[in-house]
Parts: sequence; structure tokens; C-alpha cells
Amino acid sequence: MLVSINWLKEYVDIEGIPTGELAEAITKTGVEVDGIHGPILDDEKIVVGYVEACEQHPNADKLNLCQVNVGEDELAQIVCGAPNVAQGQYVVAARPGARLPGGLKIKKAKLRGEASEGMICSLQELGVDEKFVPDHQKDGIFVFDEEVQIGEPACPLLNLDDQVLELDLTPNRADCLNMVGMAYEVAAIYNKELQLPSPTVTKADESSNDYIAVRIENKEMNPYYGAWIIKDLEVKSSPLWLRNRLISAGIRPINNLVDITNYVLLEYGQPLHAFDYDRFGSKEVVTRPAHEGETMTTLDGKERTLQPEHLLITNGEKPHALAGVMGGQDSEVQDDTTTILLEAAYFDPRTVRKASSQHNLRSEASARFEKGVDLTRVKEAAMRAAELYEELAGGTILGEMVEEGSTDREPVQITFERHEINERIGTELSIDQMNDILERLRLPYEQQGEQYTVTPPSRRNDLRILEDMVEEFARLYGYDHIPYTLPTGQSNKGGLTKRQRLTREVHAYLQKTGLNEALTYSLTTEEKSKHFVSPEIQTDQEAVKLMMPMTDLHSHLRLSVIPELLSSLQYNVARNQYNLGFYELGSVYLPNEGKDVLPREELRVAAAITGIWENHPWQGEKKPVDFFVLKGILEGLFNYFLKDEVIFEKANLDGLHPGRTALLKLNGETVGYIGQLHPFVQKDHDLDDTYVFDLNLEKVFNHVDETPDYEAITKYPAISQDLAFVVNAEITAKEIEDIIYEQGQPYLKTIRVFDVYQGEHMEEGKKSIAFNLTFQNNERTLKDDEVDELRERIIQKVKATYQAELRG
Amino acid sequence: MKERLQSIKQEAITEIEAADTQKSLQDVRVQFLGKKGKITEVLKGMGKLSKEERPVIGQLANEVRDEITASIEEKADLLEKQAIEEQLKAETIDVTLPGRPTHTGGPHILMKTIRDIEDLFIGMGYEVAEGPEVETDYYNFEALNLPKGHPARDMQDSFYITEELLMRTHTSPVQARTLNAHEGRGPVKIICPGKVYRRDTDDATHSHQFTQIEGLYVDEHITMSDLKGTLNVLAKHLFGEDREIRLRPSFFPFTEPSVEMDISCKVCNGDGCSVCKHTGWIEILGAGLVHPNVLEMAGFDSKKYTGFAFGMGPERIAMLKYGIEDIRHFYTNDVRFLKQFHQV
Repeated sequence: MLVSINWLKEYVDIEGIPTGELAEAITKTGVEVDGIHGPILDDEKIVVGYVEACEQHPNADKLNLCQVNVGEDELAQIVCGAPNVAQGQYVVAARPGARLPGGLKIKKAKLRGEASEGMICSLQELGVDEKFVPDHQKDGIFVFDEEVQIGEPACPLLNLDDQVLELDLTPNRADCLNMVGMAYEVAAIYNKELQLPSPTVTKADESSNDYIAVRIENKEMNPYYGAWIIKDLEVKSSPLWLRNRLISAGIRPINNLVDITNYVLLEYGQPLHAFDYDRFGSKEVVTRPAHEGETMTTLDGKERTLQPEHLLITNGEKPHALAGVMGGQDSEVQDDTTTILLEAAYFDPRTVRKASSQHNLRSEASARFEKGVDLTRVKEAAMRAAELYEELAGGTILGEMVEEGSTDREPVQITFERHEINERIGTELSIDQMNDILERLRLPYEQQGEQYTVTPPSRRNDLRILEDMVEEFARLYGYDHIPYTLPTGQSNKGGLTKRQRLTREVHAYLQKTGLNEALTYSLTTEEKSKHFVSPEIQTDQEAVKLMMPMTDLHSHLRLSVIPELLSSLQYNVARNQYNLGFYELGSVYLPNEGKDVLPREELRVAAAITGIWENHPWQGEKKPVDFFVLKGILEGLFNYFLKDEVIFEKANLDGLHPGRTALLKLNGETVGYIGQLHPFVQKDHDLDDTYVFDLNLEKVFNHVDETPDYEAITKYPAISQDLAFVVNAEITAKEIEDIIYEQGQPYLKTIRVFDVYQGEHMEEGKKSIAFNLTFQNNERTLKDDEVDELRERIIQKVKATYQAELRG
Repeated sequence: MKERLQSIKQEAITEIEAADTQKSLQDVRVQFLGKKGKITEVLKGMGKLSKEERPVIGQLANEVRDEITASIEEKADLLEKQAIEEQLKAETIDVTLPGRPTHTGGPHILMKTIRDIEDLFIGMGYEVAEGPEVETDYYNFEALNLPKGHPARDMQDSFYITEELLMRTHTSPVQARTLNAHEGRGPVKIICPGKVYRRDTDDATHSHQFTQIEGLYVDEHITMSDLKGTLNVLAKHLFGEDREIRLRPSFFPFTEPSVEMDISCKVCNGDGCSVCKHTGWIEILGAGLVHPNVLEMAGFDSKKYTGFAFGMGPERIAMLKYGIEDIRHFYTNDVRFLKQFHQV
């Protein structure tokens, strides 16, 4: 919404208030002013001139030598190149010393030997937007249609000195979508008188009833419809003041018949429509829902296909307008129009919104109907338009408007006590202060002691409940004046849940290991949603998908974080960042059976590392990432949170290296996986060796027991023993460890692999694996022969189970 | 004998001086003080001396032995010091060479911003509440006073999954869920962070996925001034003690009155500059008193209970605080971007 300050001044006295200050006051009180435009030009050296004589320049075919009366004793000679300049015109003359919006300074000059004392200006040269310049003046100078005072400053005449506020209106303040509403608002802020129009017309004896009848088929979609016939009209250009008003609001003047409806729309917020009565084709207006698939051609020349949720204005047969949105081509006002059917109606906001959004037709009219116009102002707006048709187009108003339906409105009353307002704002407003605010807002009210009953007028349709009144008092009292307090109720302990606390600890741990936290999108492609899904997630169902995705890039909800993390790695590698370690902690979305059942959101953490991990080149150290770097990070995480051991079980998963992948098993249950990307996948992403894990954090958290089993530190020494076995290369360390652990009880405490060897001096298909074992008895000093006995038992069992040989 | 001792002493001192290693010094010690050493030899020959001479020579011999011992020890110290000095010299390193890098990861700036706000409110007795990112139409809209047909719930603005399910468009449904769970009994003090989704085309200032953090406080006697005081604490915590705040009226379906909070522009200190579009103020968040419909739908008596709610975008806060120019940086994970915020 654009609000002209000059226009606003017609209704409320804001003379002397700087526009910036006004804008800030409006913003702080209710409606955000997004910007202040203008003034475009306000220069007293730019004046009205009268072309007394105009003849061709003696030395230039395309130039004219004009003798211009600029209100001084002598005529000014001005050289003008415009093709439309002529004797007898009132024009805008920029005198020497004037400065035009482009920065051009006007000076006395000689043009092809002839003196020129200024410049006759086009509207564009005066800073008027090209779209507001009438077609016939686009290539030439501006010429006043009416007689104007010679020598008078021209900028105010053309409203170039105006400033315009650009409002960012919230949907509740539809009352400010018009000049009268803004006048109420400003008058309330500054406690000023209001001067509002009170239109009157001379009604002819002839009755509109003889020309038109109105029938409403659906009162919900169209509660009220008024039709007024105005005859004897003459189509012409609107007077300058009216054109100025429209231009200040961003609307292009067309002709008087159309401009008047637009003017009233801006002034009252009531959209009106003028049909050419002679082209309407019947004596009856029927408003009705469209038939399924019915078509009509709107003013913009487009054929629209309609549904029963759209409301049509018809002549009983043919549609002539999509109600509240746009008129039809057939009954458009044209240059030969003499009689109009003026429509003043109330259309249901939702009906208009459906039509305007489905047909992508947002207009000044639909914007107002959608937010709800003021029911009680519909007739007054018609009266105002009729007044202007009479005054500016010579119209004859035929009797009373033909009406159908009602503009009555369920009255709203809001009853409250003074303390209810103060308790919600945190203030101590007195009865006087509250009365003053209500007076300024011009809200009818009754006050008896502490008790108030406010009856908001229909222009303030947003005021319905106590809390709406709280806002009115708060904003008029001023948010700046409300004190700063903190709630004083009972105190809470606040804080984090166990899950939230553990989540923070996972973040802290992973960051300490050197991983950077990443954030990727939850919505991914259909293709990516199928990959790297951990096997414990049931994936017979497709990932959750959007009904209407904007792009295939974000159509499905992720089942693993890994695919998008890999895209992040690829993004970095493409920018020459090769050594990367990322993790992301967040939800994946598991589809649930049944329509309209929420997916199950599972908290997972995933990581991906690539490039060099240890990098200390001047000491000769440069180690790429490998499986055990990432495994070490995971083991650290498990040791930190869990007493139970997580087993890494060799596995073969899609997208991963078949020899370098493991499932993570916690108490026999799969909770995720770790592995190297399959070389093909690495190639697809332009990545070197890359390792990933994807872990179900909820399952991990379920096993966290935060009360440690304390064990007193023993004073008896431990005995350390080394054992090395030669076994078939396929036997895993874990398999041997399990036997060692079982056989080493009750004194075996720890097992640690300290050497693995395969290759030279070792039989083909065999490997040597060496363990360091610690034995300890917490009760007494362990004897050598007790350890020897356990050691022997271990050796025999490993040998027997895996055909192992003891080495060295 | 006397002369002999004097000459041994001279001889010993010369040899001690000549010794240049601990080993050669040890040889000197053996040569003079050892069991077969020269002093011992002299002492062995004492039997031949007269009764009068014996104590005199004996004393002299002891003195010579002590002097030699002292000289040897002194020399030993000296040699040790020299040896250490040489060792230290040999061990000298270039301290300007780079150290071995440790692995330094860090948090994402958005998560850090969220946690910072969480911690501020935890300190004031709030709990952190979370909820699903895929929501029912009821919690995302209806329970927040956005009935069906409301302009703000246009299909064009949200990612629907079915007619009844959608990607949440704000974190406010967590408020509705939490209020419901409290079964009409206050106080409710929560701070709700999370991811939200809107039908926007990604560009420098729009992202189809972004984060929000909201606060809600419902109790008896909660006022607009409590909201103002709380937001003042938040604004100063986030942007510095010298920031001023201002509230101005706005509109949200789930609060009434609704306000927006601006802070005084930190670039121009309120004088007006391009950052604040010459207004002196920068919009930070939306807030208001919880709409009575929202309270009633969740089973709270809106005559007894009032509450305030506020919500903001961590992206916007981080962008303002650090001058980040493009919202997409938060989601492309350029490591050169991420690492800049590990220290803040």
C-alpha cells in the first residue's frame, strides 16, 4: 500500500510533521513503513509557461523557437525539439538555475545561434515513471489539459513534491488498505481532527430499477450486491488532481470512467466495477457460482476455465466478471460508453482468494476483497463514485441503487475491566488514559467505573476479543513506554533431558576427534534416498515423499545422512579441499504403515572422512585415512557411553567395499555400519579412499547406564604375557580373542593385539598375530604357576580350534 | 717423604688438568688414590718412618689426598657441565618449525547459535523441548489458530506429504504439543529449536530448509512487559550490552497482541545506514502474548493463564552477527566456511 502524504493531508492535519518522523510513529504504533519515496522534484524554478508563439528554428529543421510566457515581464525564448510543442499550450518550463532529477542543471544557452532561456519539459524529464506518461505524450513534452496559472511553480501541480509511504501491512490491518483508514490511524496517533468526505448526488427521477434487476444465487459467496445506472457519460481524461492521486498510489490513469472506480477503491478500500450497460446484454445481474468447466474471457484477454467455487457476475446467461477479481472483455468500458452499470458489492473473502490465487490474478480489487472490505462502507463508496461521475463525467444518476442482500453485520461487543488490560500489558493505565486512547481510536465505548464495553465499528473488523483491545491500548500507549520486567512466578529447574545431554556429549566427543559438524538437507533425491540405508532399517517401503516437490533435488525424506554428506565431500574436493572429516547428527524419517501416520523420526549420527588424516610432512609423516582411523573414533564413542561391547562384524553392503565393511552390533542387535566406499562410488563422487559410518544413536542411548560400577584399585601387581599364533589368514583377531578371553578366566583382565604379520617368511595363506595379555588377582599376588596354567590352557584351546601354531 | 708427597701432588694436579674426559679423570683417580695408587704406596712406606715423623707425614699424606680428591671432583663437575653443554648444543632444535597438528573439529555455526540461546534460557529455568519435523496439519496449523482455509496455510507455501501431513513450517507445533502435554496446568517454560521447511527456491536469502528457535512461557500473570524484559535479556546476550531494543505491532495468528522486535543497528548505532535501510533498527524476531484460542485448544483456561511466545531464525542471527552474505553457506558445508566459526 502506497500512501501519499499530500493526499493524506486532505483528511488529517499533519502539516509540519517531518515525513520521517511520521513514518516512524506509524511503524511504532501499528503499520510498518517499509520506505519513503520522493519527493521527485520540488524546484521553484520549474514553472507553468504559456507558449505565446512557436516557429521553426532558422538553423535547424527539428527545433522550434518558442516564446514562452513564464509570468515575468518579458517572454522567455526557449528552443524546444519536441514534435508536439505548439502555440497556445500550457507547458512546464524549467528556468535557468533549475535542476532536473537526472542531475541536469538548466542554464542559459545558445542553440544553433539562438538564445534559449530554459527548457520545456516532458514528464520523463521531470522524473515521472514512464508507465504513468500518457501514450500521446511519451515522445514529447507534457501539456496541461486545463488552464493553469502562468508562472506558478509546476512541481506541486504535478504532485512531484509529494512524498509517499510504502506500507508493509499485516493481514489483520485491512482497515489501512485505504486512505480513509490511514487517516483514522494517523489521527489516532497524533490526536487530530478528521475531515472525511461526505458524498451527495443529485438523483434523476428516472429509476435504475427500470434498467436493471439484481439476483444473488449464493448469499454466502455474495452477501450483498448493489447496481446503479449512470447515464449521459462522456469518456475523457481525468482531471490532473485525480491523475496525480492515482499515480501517487502506483495506478496508471486510463480515462475518467475507470479512474473514478480506482480512486474510490484507494480512498475507501471498496473495489467497484463499471460495466458498459449497453454491452451488458440484459436487464438483470445474476451472481452465481460458475458451472464446472465454464469459460469466460477476462479483461486481459485470457480465457479462464472455472469451477463452482468461483463466483461469476452474469447477465443471466453470459458471465461478465469473475467476481471481485477481474471484469470480462465483452462489457468493458470503451471510448463510446455513455451508460454504465456501477457495481458495489461485498464478496466472500475466501471465494475471491480462491479465484485470484488459482488464476494467478492478484489485483488491487482482489487484494482488498480477500482481506474483507468494510460492509458498512459499500454504499457510501458507491455514493462517492456517483458524485464523481456527476462532477467529472457529466453523468446522470438514476434514482436509488438497486440492491440485493444485506450489508448488516453481526455487532461485536467487547466487555472488559480495566485491570484485565493492565494485567496483560504490565502497566497501570488509568481510566482517563484508557478513555483517551479509545477516543483517539474513535471506537464507540461505554465506561462505567472499571467496566468497559467497546463496540468496534465494522472498519475495525479485526477487533473481536479482549486481547485485540489489549493490543490497541498497548500500541497507542506505546511499546516504548511499557516497562522491562521478568516473570516472577514459581521457579523451574529447567535444563536438558538425558537424551539432549547425551546428544550434546556426542557432539563434543566427535568434534574432539577432529570431525567438523556438517548440516545437510533432510529432503533429498529419490535415488539418494535408496542408498546407504543401514540394514536394520526396514526398507521394503519407499522413502517418505512430498506430494508436490519443487524440484527433484528435494523430493524424498532421507533414510541416511551419508548420501548428502558425500555430496558435501564432493563439493569441497571440487574446490581443492581434499582432507575432510565431517559428521552430521540428525533425524532420518522411517515410513510408517497407514495413511496420515507420522513417519518415525530416528536420531542417527553419520560421518565421512577422506584424504590425509595424519599430516606432519617435515617429520616425514603423512598418513591417509583408513578403516582403523574411523573405527577408532567409533570405539572411543562406544567406550565413552557404553559398558556393553559393540561388535564389528564383517559384512557386505551395497555401495561399500566388500572386504572393508562391518556391521555394528550392540547386544546382538545391528545399530549401524562402518566401511570404505566402494571404488565405483568413490569414482562417481571424485573421491579418494573415503570411509563412512552411520549409527543409530537412539539404540546407543538406550544402553547408556550413567552409574559406573566402581572397583577399588588393587594393590597387587599384574603379570603381563605375550602370545603369538600362526593361523589361517581368514581367522579374525576377534575369533581368537574370544577363546583367549574365555580360557583366561578368572584372572585374565585385558587382551591387546600388538602385532599382525603376513608375507615374507610366512607360509602362503597364513598370518601371525600377537597378543599381549594381562593377568591380575585383586585379592592377592598372583603366582607364576597360576598364570602359566592359564597360558597353557589358552594355547591348547586356540591350537585345537583354529589349527594354530604357537610362534617363537 | 715430604718431597715425594709434594711431587705426587704436583704430578696429580698436572694430570687432572690434562684429563679431558670422565674416563681419563677416573684413570687419574685410580693412579693416585686407588688401592695401588701413589698415595697408598706412600702410606704403605710409613712403617719405615720414625715415631716422630709418622704423624707429620701421615697428616701431610691425608692433606695431599684430600686436595687431590677435591681437585678431581671439581674437574669432574666441570667435565660434566661441559658434556651437558655439548649435549644441549647438539640437541638444539628450530623452535619455529611447525608443530604436529592435532585434529581440531568443531560445531556448525547454526548449532552453536542455537545452543548459545538454549543455554541462556536454561539458566532462566526453561526446558528444551523438541518435536517431529514431519507434522500433522492439526499441530502445525489448526492448534495454532490457523484454521483450514486460512491464507497463511496455502499449499503453495508448505511441503505436504499427504492431505494431513506436512514438513513443519515452523517450530511452533512443539509449543502446541507441549501445552497439550501439560493438561491445562502451568507453568510451561520451554525453548524449542529445530529444522523447519518452506516452499522456497534456494537463493542467497531463501532456503527451503532452515532453523528456528522459539520460546514459550505460560503461567498466571504473564505480561507484555515480561516479554519485553525477556527479549531485552536475549538481545543483549546475542548482540551486546549496548544494543537497544524496540517492539512494534505486528501480526501472527497464534499471538495477540503480536509484536516484532528490532535492535538498534550496530553498524551506525541508530543513525541510519545501508545495513538498517536507514531506519536505525534491524528486525530480529517476532513475538507476542499467546492467543487465547491457542491456550484454550490446548486445555488451558485463558482467563487464568496468559503467556508469551517468541521465535527467531538462527540463520538470520548468525548472518547479522558475522556478516554472512548467503544463507546457502549454512548447508553446502564448505570446510573453509565451517572452520571460521570453531573459535567463536
